Amino acid sequence: MNGWDELDRFLGTDPRDVGCAKAMDLLHVYVELVTRDPEATRRRYPGIVAHLRACGPCRDDFDGLLAAVSGNAG
Amino acid sequence: MDPGLGDNQATLASVDPESAEWLRTLSGTGVEREAAVERLHAILLRVASNEVRRRAPRLRLAGPELDDVAHQAAADALLAVTAKLGGFRGESRFTTWVYKFAVLEVSAKLGRHFWCDPRVSLEGEDWERLPDRFGFDPAERSERHDLLDALRRAVDEELTERQRQIFVAIVLKGVPADALAVELGTNRNAIYKTMFDARRKLRAVLVARGYLDIGTSRRS
Repeated sequence: MNGWDELDRFLGTDPRDVGCAKAMDLLHVYVELVTRDPEATRRRYPGIVAHLRACGPCRDDFDGLLAAVSGNAG
Repeated sequence: MDPGLGDNQATLASVDPESAEWLRTLSGTGVEREAAVERLHAILLRVASNEVRRRAPRLRLAGPELDDVAHQAAADALLAVTAKLGGFRGESRFTTWVYKFAVLEVSAKLGRHFWCDPRVSLEGEDWERLPDRFGFDPAERSERHDLLDALRRAVDEELTERQRQIFVAIVLKGVPADALAVELGTNRNAIYKTMFDARRKLRAVLVARGYLDIGTSRRS
């Protein structure tokens, strides 16, 4: 990805984006469903998909929770 | 709109057996509850430690500080989980819900740690960094000089004072949203919403001035 692509991506906003609060409320549900059926989960939660694509901190939390669940930390 | 959460608290009958056992023991009393709390803390500490290690390559923290963050995050997550036990609605396994508390506590604590570095400040603006922040190489920087100038003008002329402040902190200074939220006394969601509106406004301005196409398609 070059600078233009990155700037274009940065300035892009998706009206389906649910924002941080809603995404974090549902993160545990979303992550668990992603581990079972990623495509169906993304179809069911397009607003969370849009948000995680645009919000680095929430994406980081998603990656962390996914790693915890995948590693069966309990 | 994405499906939301229900309003009903999970009942023992509505969740998987392992989650039900967690709810039963943590809602109980005496030695059994103490043992469950101890086991829960061990899980939270393991998740928080793993999460801190996962993020460590991007942090300016050393080993003992990372351990401190993990221990503080696990302790605070334990308090939050036990206080909010009634908020578990059974849409996931109990442990998945619990892991989230540990991960979010690590996020929040690392946001606060950002400001421990004396080199970090919100003062000043270095607009020369703008091309680097988006990964423009020298040739592209020269080719897209007009676009970058137009972006800077749009930031100066079109954004509100708050939008501009947050744009400068995040884009020019690379301040993480959680750290900025701490400094401005707000939360990640409010920072994101402000930036969302700013990004939308900047795109609209750059489209209106002929530097970008509508949507996310590239200008030839």
